[in-house]
Amino acid sequence: MTNVLVCIKRVPDPTGEVVLTADGSAVDGRFAGWTMSAHEEAAVEIATQVADGGTVTVLSVGLAEAEEQLRSALAVGATDAVLVETDTLGHGPADIAEEIAAVVRSREAGGTAYDLVLLGNDAADTGDFQVGVRLAYALGRPVVTGIQTIAVEGATATFKGEGPDGTEVFELGMPCVATVLEGGVSPRYPSVVGRMKAKKAPLETVAAVGASKGAGRVGLRVPPPPPSEVVVLGEGAAAAPKVVEVLKQLGVLS
Amino acid sequence: MAELPARAQCVVIGAGIVGNSLVYHLAELGWTDIVQLDKGPLPNPGGSTGHASNFIFPVDHSREFADITLDSMKQYKELGVFTESGGYEVARTEERMEELRRRMSSAKAWGIPAEIVDPDHVVEKVPFLDKDQIIGAAWFPTVGVVDSLRAGTIMRERAIDKGALTVVPNVEVTGMEVVEGRIKAVETNQGRIEADTVVIACGVWSPKLARMAGAYIPLTPAVHQMISVGPCPQLAERPGEISFPIVRDMDTLCYERQHGSDMEVGSYAHRAILWDPEDIPTIEQAKLSPTELPFTSDDFDPQLEQAYELMPELLGAEGAEIRYAINGLLSLTPDGYPILGETPEVKGLWSAAAVWIKEGPGTARAVAEWMTHGNPEIDLGHSDIARFYPHQKTRGHVKARTGESFIKTYGIVHPSEQYTSARNVRLAPMHESQKALGAVFYETAGWERPHWYESNAGLVEKFGEACMPRAHEWDARWWSPIINAEHLQMRETAALVDLSAFAMFDIVGPKALETVQHVIVAQADVKIGRVVYTPVLDSRGGFRSDLTVMRLAHDRFRVVTGGAHGMADLKWFADRLPADGGAALIDLTSAYTTIGLWGPNARAILESVTKADVSHAGFPFGTCRDLEIGNLMVLASRISYVGEYGWELYVPMEIGAAVWERLLEAGKEHGLIPAGIGVYGTTGRIEKGYRAYGYELDSERTLMETGMSRAKWKDQDFIGKEAVIAQAAQAPQAILCSLTVEDHTSASGVKRYMLGGEPIVRRDGSILTDGHGHHPYVTTAGSAPSLGKHVLMAFLPPEEAVVGNELAVSYMEELYPVVVAANDATPLFDPENKRIRGLA
Amino acid sequence: MNTLVVVEIEDGRASLVSRETLAFARGLGLGELHAVVVGAAGASVVADCAANGVVAVHEATNAELSSYAAAAWAVAVETAGRASRSTTVIAGGTNRGNEILAHIGARRGLAMAANAVSVVSTEPLVVERQVVQGNALETTALTDRIRLLTMAGHAVAPEDAATPGPAEVRPFEAALTPAELVARVVRVEAREGGDTSGLTSAKVVVGAGRGAGSADGFGAVDALAARLGGAVGVSRVVTSLGWRPHSEQVGQTGSRISPDLYIPCGISGAIQHWAGCSSSKTILAINTDPDAPMMTKADYAVVGDMHEVLPALLEELG
Repeated sequence: MTNVLVCIKRVPDPTGEVVLTADGSAVDGRFAGWTMSAHEEAAVEIATQVADGGTVTVLSVGLAEAEEQLRSALAVGATDAVLVETDTLGHGPADIAEEIAAVVRSREAGGTAYDLVLLGNDAADTGDFQVGVRLAYALGRPVVTGIQTIAVEGATATFKGEGPDGTEVFELGMPCVATVLEGGVSPRYPSVVGRMKAKKAPLETVAAVGASKGAGRVGLRVPPPPPSEVVVLGEGAAAAPKVVEVLKQLGVLS
Repeated sequence: MAELPARAQCVVIGAGIVGNSLVYHLAELGWTDIVQLDKGPLPNPGGSTGHASNFIFPVDHSREFADITLDSMKQYKELGVFTESGGYEVARTEERMEELRRRMSSAKAWGIPAEIVDPDHVVEKVPFLDKDQIIGAAWFPTVGVVDSLRAGTIMRERAIDKGALTVVPNVEVTGMEVVEGRIKAVETNQGRIEADTVVIACGVWSPKLARMAGAYIPLTPAVHQMISVGPCPQLAERPGEISFPIVRDMDTLCYERQHGSDMEVGSYAHRAILWDPEDIPTIEQAKLSPTELPFTSDDFDPQLEQAYELMPELLGAEGAEIRYAINGLLSLTPDGYPILGETPEVKGLWSAAAVWIKEGPGTARAVAEWMTHGNPEIDLGHSDIARFYPHQKTRGHVKARTGESFIKTYGIVHPSEQYTSARNVRLAPMHESQKALGAVFYETAGWERPHWYESNAGLVEKFGEACMPRAHEWDARWWSPIINAEHLQMRETAALVDLSAFAMFDIVGPKALETVQHVIVAQADVKIGRVVYTPVLDSRGGFRSDLTVMRLAHDRFRVVTGGAHGMADLKWFADRLPADGGAALIDLTSAYTTIGLWGPNARAILESVTKADVSHAGFPFGTCRDLEIGNLMVLASRISYVGEYGWELYVPMEIGAAVWERLLEAGKEHGLIPAGIGVYGTTGRIEKGYRAYGYELDSERTLMETGMSRAKWKDQDFIGKEAVIAQAAQAPQAILCSLTVEDHTSASGVKRYMLGGEPIVRRDGSILTDGHGHHPYVTTAGSAPSLGKHVLMAFLPPEEAVVGNELAVSYMEELYPVVVAANDATPLFDPENKRIRGLA
Repeated sequence: MNTLVVVEIEDGRASLVSRETLAFARGLGLGELHAVVVGAAGASVVADCAANGVVAVHEATNAELSSYAAAAWAVAVETAGRASRSTTVIAGGTNRGNEILAHIGARRGLAMAANAVSVVSTEPLVVERQVVQGNALETTALTDRIRLLTMAGHAVAPEDAATPGPAEVRPFEAALTPAELVARVVRVEAREGGDTSGLTSAKVVVGAGRGAGSADGFGAVDALAARLGGAVGVSRVVTSLGWRPHSEQVGQTGSRISPDLYIPCGISGAIQHWAGCSSSKTILAINTDPDAPMMTKADYAVVGDMHEVLPALLEELG
């Protein structure tokens, strides 16, 4: 039985073209919709797999609207949710880490100790690549990043992620922190029953500690898209030799 | 990639089901140079067609919709993209069962196979449905699904193969060039293309494109939520796209439609989520497509539970996940009808918008016929884009009405049900007085019209059973016995009727006579001061309208017509003005109010307020003249739609209240009452057998069939003359009859009163079919209090149109005996029209 | 005052992104350019550093650092930073580069900017960096005395300095505590290569859509997938029509794939499908319609009927 805390963030769905809000300060999700990142979906999936009867709490630091993402996670197996309600526009990565750490501490004081804290490897919008590490230091726990699978055996967790020379394996005693990279597990879609349960699952809203470090953000822009660069290899059967040439270049012919 | 040509005979904008069907039908009808544009890629450019659920339930309470849908199904079948699945509408409540019985009436009337079945019938075909949740269902065996994208591709290809069509995808329209009121060219991001005819078939984007030309297509993009759950093991092993009937869970406003191993659940139960066309994302901005917007799960959660209730084992199956969920955009209009036809604002610019998959090919065929021949085979009167008054074109109106009606998509809507939104828009000058009299207002074309007056409630006591009270709540809903009491009082003394909703316009100028003569059937070259009631026909001899024309001067004619189709009539005349400017049309609709004064005492009442001679000899029937009422001047016309002696008074808006008050006051000692539209529109006219446009009269009906043919036609040419002469030489395919209901008693003992739309069958329940292949149905139903009968009008097969013929009407799945009382225009009440002439 | 670049080693050389980072760091002109390497740098790496004008290569020689442990590696970089008196520390925007600098940031309470692409100003240091998965650029100011940043790959070209630097190798031992070695790689396993037939893990996916024509139209598709050791993926309509099982569906309602090569045949590329295949590294589309979205979004396109192109291709492959 493992208690897992999964930290997720409400971000604009990255599938469509990026559109900025009217004031240019943030990415707008009104067309594409809002979601949690693929890394976080994988983290939730891993959490439900390793919990083995333990608690899977999902946490988000953000506006009240983030309840939608928390409920989505509840619909695929998380057991309860915490929303640290605050506008994160002025928060830097260190501040977010502090907000999460505060919840971990208060939950521990309340009797729920998290053996594992999972985060996405990087936020789909701000892409800071550091909240997990900063959180680990704030909690005084070890941390591994870029993890794709986790197995728990007793008090030890085995983490695997892709390194430059192959699949790297880490073994850590819990409690510890890990950031998850998509690709190791297939996140599920919610079931109808899951969705119905999620509607009624407990969600605690807590006050934010507040940003003390702040972010260094001073501007945001969307660069023009690269032009279509399709290379037409030819027409009909006559194109076959050129296709083979490309296959060779790509190294897919063994 | 196809290059954008510089010129085309016709440009069709949009490659959804409507645009694709339209280019095909135009090519079939001989158009040779069509260019079709879409800003998206093919075959799915990203509009509503791309995410449609693609199923077709043929039954609808509207005949126009039903005919168009049946034609569409025929076309889909011919294209090889139709799969019959059958479909259920299931009921969880008794109220819904009653509505399903009512739908049986419509199904029979339109000739659509349907039956009421018990829950066992449903679970036999849909084994994963929880039988305990439903009490019954309607079974429609001919329901099916189509591949609308594939249909579109085939139809485009056929038009291309004919050499008639060039398709240019990925091109965005940026502007419209209009010169002297006529479309000249379409501007795009790839250049300009000239065309005399341009069709906007752009679904949810149509309003935006219309505005580029200065025209209006008053629809709104609205969200319809849909999810797809799967894979469901119960569905997985079946071949093909669909092998289980579609289920409409009417009481929860949801549908469940199998799609391979997935079950799609769609909802019309959520709050109305309306968009503006300008806010729809581009293809690049959108996550899926511009019309598949982010799903808002909160709005859908209640429906999810209801769907789960109905199909727990299927939707709760191990491994079945919500794999797809969208807020799909579709087009809604303020009155629920599509928006078709040439825009009144810009000649040559057409709209084919707000059309669903089930109506796409049929609508396109009709619009193509309209564009080619000037009229469609299936009447599209209710869908005519020219129907909108200015206020109805506003975003505010469109959003208010669609916001109210969205939830009624699967709702139980009474045929007389009134909107609560966008009310009190057009108020008669005597509105305050009417309110004080306890008027119950119904809305027509934005006008608040008294339907009856609570101040007349005492008359119900006076007339008692003669008011024909209705015991059943449904029959009595949106109705009052006061209507019948007002009717009886009018026949006894006199009634004052507010007719402000009339549309009115003058044709003036040296060629006014020529213009009017060409448009109307009756002789227009009459003495000044004559009033002519006349049909207006299309070139095939079908009705465009029926209206009255007053000759006010040698070069001035005043046309008075019904409010509902007034704007369409106005366009019909405007389109036929001489090109040289020899006649002009002046809209007076908002300048005049109309007050009707009728009844045995009408003459005495008018005499008490005017010095003019208003006797039958002094002011003959069918004439009009200015009339002094004290210090007020009105135009009085001696006609009647209720079969009584009296006048329509056309009164400048600003003195309308004064005239109304003076007449009410003067009428007191003569027993005058105010009477509502319930009398004018139904009871008064049905007793007299008067036909109404939109009910008995439409472009599919002829003078012969409606008993309005003439022994002799005027020498001058008029639109439809050739056709009516040919029709007169042949036996009609159907004949409009008046029927009386002989016994109202239902199986439960409660007396039932038909409201219109019900099928007329033989006494044994067997189906009748007229020469068109149509089945007779009730076009108008209403009390005839002076006869003590409930009267129905219907087009019967000629061999059945025999006075005294005993037939039956099917209402809520029960038969009631009826008898043919008239097979021509002969009034049932006062057949010699003595009252109108003041002889009674 | 000086600038320190974290150099990663790949195949015995300074990695491409490290060389890009060196070129960028040199361009900043913030004092001397130093490099830090964990483990023995080797002659080629030192040569790469020299070519980039590096003054000194700081080489962390602790035996414990032979396997990757981010916290310990961060201590090594910090030690080199102090030794080189650097106030700007830059790593490549790799998983490791980002992780190591994040550790330094956390340990020292410093801000860090990930995946910079360009510099706006040096005093204060303001950079533009990739956010929203590379789709937008954020301008970020680093106002701490010591500035930590990583460079996104391909943001600048690797380019040798006009004048090479001495690249003096300065070995050192970082002072490590056991806590910094808790999270370390305990072993490296060979990358899983076995399950290439799985749709989501296949390196090559051959896709087929309505263009297949019927359930019998997949012969050449299956053959090509087999020949390339890949998997077959299909569009929604194909499963809807019952031609292939749902497990093969790629798209919004099916699997999301990210193979090295995706070969969609007769798939127009509806947005639903694109959502499932857009992560493919290379797309080679075969379609009769050159305007189909898949054909314009692909890297390579063949205009033609899949039933002609695929047999010809199979024959060519032998």
